[in-house]
Amino acid sequence: MAASMTHDQSWFFALALGVSFLKCLLINAYHSTDFEVHRNWLALTHSFPVSQWYYEATSEWTLDYPPLFAWFEYGLSHIARFFDKEMLVVQNLNYASPATVLFQRLSVIVTDVVFFYAVKECCKCFREDKGKDLLAKPSFILTVLLLWNFGLLIIDHIHFQYNGFLFGVLLLSIARHFQNRHFEGALLFAVLLNLKHIYLYIAPAYGIYLLRCFCFTQSNADGSLQWRSFSFVRLVTLGTIVLSTFAVSFGPFIALGQLPQVLSRLFPFKRGLCHAYWAPNIWALYNIADKACSTLGVKFKLLDINKLPKASMTGGLVQEFQHSVLPSVSPLATLVCTLLSILPALFRIWHRPNGARGFLRCLVICALGSFMFGWHVHEKAILLAILPLSLLAVESREDARIFLILSITGHYSLFPLLFTTQELPIKIFLMLLFTIFSLTSLKTLFRKGGALLNPFEATYLLGLIPLELICEFVYPLTVWQKTFPFLPLMLTSVYCALGVTYAFIRLYVSLLTCSDTTKKTKMQ
Amino acid sequence: MENWSLISLCVLLGLTTRWAVSFHSYSGAGKPPMFGDYEAQRHWQEVTYNLPVHEWYFNTTNNDLNYWGLDYPPLTAYHSLVCAYVAKLFNPEWVELYVSRGYESHSHKLFMRATVLFADILIYIPAVLVYCFYFCDGSSKQKVATALCILLYPGLVLIDYGHFQYNSVSLGLALWGIVGLGLGWDLFGSLAFTLALNYKQMELYHSLPFFCYLLGKCIKQGLTGRGFFHLAKISLTVLVTFALCWMPFLSDPKQPLQVLHRLFPVGRGLFEDKVANTWCSLNVLIKIKTLLSRETQLFLSFALTLLFILPSSLKLLFKPTLWQFKLALVNSSLAFFLFSFQVHEKSILLAALPVCLVISEIPLIAIWFLLTSTFSMLPLLVKDGLLLPYVVTSLAFLFLSLYLLSALERSTEEELRLGLYRQLTQHWLPKLNLRRIIKWKFWFSLVAMAGLSFTSVWFEPPARLPDLFPVLVSVLSFLHFLGFVIHFNLVQLMEPQRKKSQKKTN
Repeated sequence: MAASMTHDQSWFFALALGVSFLKCLLINAYHSTDFEVHRNWLALTHSFPVSQWYYEATSEWTLDYPPLFAWFEYGLSHIARFFDKEMLVVQNLNYASPATVLFQRLSVIVTDVVFFYAVKECCKCFREDKGKDLLAKPSFILTVLLLWNFGLLIIDHIHFQYNGFLFGVLLLSIARHFQNRHFEGALLFAVLLNLKHIYLYIAPAYGIYLLRCFCFTQSNADGSLQWRSFSFVRLVTLGTIVLSTFAVSFGPFIALGQLPQVLSRLFPFKRGLCHAYWAPNIWALYNIADKACSTLGVKFKLLDINKLPKASMTGGLVQEFQHSVLPSVSPLATLVCTLLSILPALFRIWHRPNGARGFLRCLVICALGSFMFGWHVHEKAILLAILPLSLLAVESREDARIFLILSITGHYSLFPLLFTTQELPIKIFLMLLFTIFSLTSLKTLFRKGGALLNPFEATYLLGLIPLELICEFVYPLTVWQKTFPFLPLMLTSVYCALGVTYAFIRLYVSLLTCSDTTKKTKMQ
Repeated sequence: MENWSLISLCVLLGLTTRWAVSFHSYSGAGKPPMFGDYEAQRHWQEVTYNLPVHEWYFNTTNNDLNYWGLDYPPLTAYHSLVCAYVAKLFNPEWVELYVSRGYESHSHKLFMRATVLFADILIYIPAVLVYCFYFCDGSSKQKVATALCILLYPGLVLIDYGHFQYNSVSLGLALWGIVGLGLGWDLFGSLAFTLALNYKQMELYHSLPFFCYLLGKCIKQGLTGRGFFHLAKISLTVLVTFALCWMPFLSDPKQPLQVLHRLFPVGRGLFEDKVANTWCSLNVLIKIKTLLSRETQLFLSFALTLLFILPSSLKLLFKPTLWQFKLALVNSSLAFFLFSFQVHEKSILLAALPVCLVISEIPLIAIWFLLTSTFSMLPLLVKDGLLLPYVVTSLAFLFLSLYLLSALERSTEEELRLGLYRQLTQHWLPKLNLRRIIKWKFWFSLVAMAGLSFTSVWFEPPARLPDLFPVLVSVLSFLHFLGFVIHFNLVQLMEPQRKKSQKKTN
């Protein structure tokens, strides 16, 4: 690689172009029902007036994203006409002609440009080492970690969703806060919330941060709050920005008197605690503990097998199951747990904000906290923590370590999303590609100070290799495949849940101790 | 970053690309009664598994040679046999005699693709890595960059993982041969190359440079002393390898003759379909196929091929260095492709392999050639439904290789090997900027190829000329190849002067 590569930005375009070509090659890969979901949304936004969007129910995949995303689909549908008009007919359920596939895949690939731009902006916010070696530059490593993120690649470009573009808006908003362009950052986040409401998980971090660090213009010397510096103008401006975004998005539906209907579509609480495949969070551990207790109880005659709820644990296959020993969990309980888990972090940044970096850390904790304790969490939601954490990983050693544990376990837990044999090699190749890069590049970046992972963590992560071999190669050949087909999934989610929980705890510890270290350095 | 991680990233990128290309269609998918090369390979598994060895190459009641009869050397047959055993484990229907003809299913496609990937990982990819690490100049990063470019060469990936063939086996074995000779392990090199030759007879395109290099080396050591001994060892290795490969066919003299007859089907004519070689392109102007008798055609093609190989081979004989060897391989395989009898469009891969090996020395020309070679197979790829991977992998290769090898910056006259042209033009046009001319020609030719690709896909040919676009593609590629063969010959033949001038500047 030539010398010319280090002093200009051409490497960024090479990386972006390279990953785009890879995405194009995946056009003919397997796609999940989410493909049909989005095709249906294209069709229904195109064929019906706005007033019908949230009532239409020809397909089972009704519109359950906020209005701005519906408008986005509406915009896309005008281009879709030139590819294949048939895909815009609501009655054409499961329609997937080659032109439809091409159009939908290309729409994801092209809208990823937003993500590219956001990553470029994020890179500007970080220290730039004037090293000779391109591969050891933080901005280069960060770019690869984001652009070539394994989760994004398989979820967007194989499984099919529009996360790249949405995360682009999120990262751009974060970058704007780093650049002290808070109004823009707030506007972008408000837009993002109206594109996909899953980002509500991290809204508390935004709220507290903007209030604390932007509406209060000054802090005391020790970093504590200075009440008199409150700027009412800023608060009102922020409020206007956010409220007007929501007004643009939800206004028409409020005017039509459809707000309850829209909200009921956005927040369906009828689903179970865990998704069909358990996301690797606390509830996966809770379920398995329950299972273990009941098995042990039956074995030692403490429990009567006839009194246990029938088919309570046919693994992940039944959406809603009852716990047999431990108390069942209600949505309210998960909400309380989530709030409790993020409160210390919010309190911390209110008390000692520690700038945009503190905010980013708090954002990751909010994302991870709601992933750990939320109701009906999908395993894909782990990206909400992994991607922002990438920004921190290139800055500090401790974060790099947490990032490695979280990204490797989190990404591995996405494996069951692609269950087709055809995609098996590609998911392994891409996972190895991303993991080897992140391991070695972060190791090079934090060369001084020994190994990034301690032996215990390294062993845990290496354990994923036999786990994969057993789950996807050995187990299908055994006789249990017929009787307990869910066991590999359960094993995967429980094993990964351990790693995610561990990363969550470490991240919390680092948040609660980090500003102390900055204080120390200041005192020195 | 450490070397091992760079290498594994490079290999993983190559593997990902390969497997992603394999999602697409293959030759003859869903096209009865004959299907395509995919069915040919499957049929060979069926034949080799179910029939005794002595029936493999003969037309018998159980073996209809008109339906994809085996026409590759014994190693291919053995490889098919091994694959058939594995196939039998998964699903016996895949290799059942008669019944399995035209068998197509999603899982069978996966199995076939996996066999290609397996062979590739076993033979071709390690050969590329070893080659780059031993014979490319520069830092380890540059070596990995070169390896990545070679691994991402679209032609081979598209034919093996799209169209469906096992070129990575024969080319990989040939590359191991080159690596062996380069390292001075002549016996290992000749063993590997003999295996390549016994896997695919088209490897003959490379055989003369191998022969000349080894002979030249022996002559240098003195044909009366150590050299003779060395030559004897090499010949023995080759003969023993051949004998082992052909062992099951040696019992009856009729057998090897029939195999040879199958390998070199002279009866099939000067060329088939649209090939970017001399005969097919000349055919646009003069109908040689009907004008000349078969014997004259044979003689003419033989004479012209020999004429174009001789200078480079003789040069190699007297100067057996690795650089000369690589160039001689390019020249020999290109000459065979352009002038020999019964050439397939896919045979350009044989010329592409040695060009891949000079990609770090003369990046711009090599990239140009490799793209042209992929373009020359366009009609075939479009027929197989591989348009999307063709476009994507070609563009990716163009941008990544230009970038990684900084081909556009590294284009001084010295690096483009333009010394001779400079001498030629010095008298009349001393101020000619050869660098700029080459670059302009490069971009102009790329635009022409892109334009022609686009037109041939997007527009219907006129009714009177249904073959218009394939013919245009092959003529354009032929003109390129002709230019390349002249250029590479000049580069090879003028080499000593370059060395001298380098010494002077140093």
